[in-house]
Amino acid sequence: MAKTLKFCAAALLLLMLAACSNDPWQLKNISGLVPDLSFAMTDDTGRAVDARTYRGDIVLLYFGYTHCPDVCPTTLARLDSALHAMRERGSVRVLFVTVDPARDTVPVMHQYVDAFGPEFTGLRGTPDELHKLAKRYRVTYSAGKPDARGDYDMTHSDGVFVFGSNGHGRLMILPDDDAKKIAADLDRLAAGG
Amino acid sequence: MESLRSALTFLLPWEFSPWMLVLCAGALVLYTRGLRRMPERVGVARPLAFYIGVVLIYFVTQTHYDYLAQHMFFIHRLQHLVLHHLGPFLVAISWPQAVLARGLPDGFVERWLRPVWRHPAVHSVYRVLQHPLVAPTLFVGLIYLWLTPAIHFDAMLNERLYWTMNWSMLLDGLPFWFLMLDPRTREQGALIAIGPRMAIQWIVILPQIAIGAYIVMAHHELYDVYSICGRAWAEDPLTDQELGGLITWIPAGMMHLIGFLVLMRFWMRTDKGRIPVAESAALAHPVRE
Repeated sequence: MAKTLKFCAAALLLLMLAACSNDPWQLKNISGLVPDLSFAMTDDTGRAVDARTYRGDIVLLYFGYTHCPDVCPTTLARLDSALHAMRERGSVRVLFVTVDPARDTVPVMHQYVDAFGPEFTGLRGTPDELHKLAKRYRVTYSAGKPDARGDYDMTHSDGVFVFGSNGHGRLMILPDDDAKKIAADLDRLAAGG
Repeated sequence: MESLRSALTFLLPWEFSPWMLVLCAGALVLYTRGLRRMPERVGVARPLAFYIGVVLIYFVTQTHYDYLAQHMFFIHRLQHLVLHHLGPFLVAISWPQAVLARGLPDGFVERWLRPVWRHPAVHSVYRVLQHPLVAPTLFVGLIYLWLTPAIHFDAMLNERLYWTMNWSMLLDGLPFWFLMLDPRTREQGALIAIGPRMAIQWIVILPQIAIGAYIVMAHHELYDVYSICGRAWAEDPLTDQELGGLITWIPAGMMHLIGFLVLMRFWMRTDKGRIPVAESAALAHPVRE
């Protein structure tokens, strides 16, 4: 009994120490929490792509839609300024997955991501492919009620998943993380951190 | 036709758990078989409580309800209300051990269950977990643990952690309510006397009120994981959080209040000496000490 108690106390102490140890990352560390990057979709040039296409790159995965009034453009702009602030930006690929494939056709996606820069790729999947990818990362999306003109808003996730060049989930960019923080951690990741 | 199909789809598991299926289906089969084989009538209320309890536990974990619980804080709180309070409460109040034992093949209890149950290792662990200080601490502690924002965040992001969370609520809720709603007195074999159990109901309410009220009154998003991973439908984050806090606060507290009233009834019955030895034996755990 006393032995068990001692063991529990030791285990608890270790846990607390682990929690206190300084995490070198400024962004949310998700190592081991999410499955490796895996999907099969069509990119904004109409090419069939999957996770292997982007092996070797640091991948930033973000779910949104081009009719998005505020959150998506500001998030993408923030990522863009983070990329500009990086020391070495060539190894980063931003994958913008549309949760609204009905309106976001391949040409619409192409025009949209083109405005942000060459590191940005738009991805469009069939409803089934999109469902699979969202469920894999435990995120969701849904369409709101259409107004008189048939326009509608979508709910979608706010976070950006960051995968290492080997496809392992590493970090998560949250809405409050600024470009400087993001750039610092991406540089660190690119340097093999 | 379309709505029928979507209703049927809703009833399919969002994330299939063979263990949850085995547990719930196994409990229903054993109990139903046991009911048919019971020498005396069990009545309607107790089986009804048992069936509703098990079906509720299955519903919140093995249908698309679970999808909603993963993407809306207040629905997640309702899920935990069922897993930790309501479901185990209903199962325990039906006091189903005798019926379940009847449902097992003849001799199974004597040959397998009793030796395992009486094994010193099993029994000492059980006695520690059911200690009058340990059980309520564990019950409240788990609520606080999974509602710690950083831990909650990880649990909603990682499948294994998510299931650990939900199983821990169920596997803590069941022994807790079996301990609390034992119809026997201390002399008849209950681990804790009825009076102290009545007190425990009040003691565990307080920290639940505290955390529920804290969540309701927080004016910032404590559980931002639902915004970050997306809500099941467009809902104001703070409204969602307030509803979730209210569920943690009020219905959870109500369950302990009902528990208190049930215990009061047990207490009055024993006080008047109306639990004769024969009845208490029938109610008793199939594996008596």
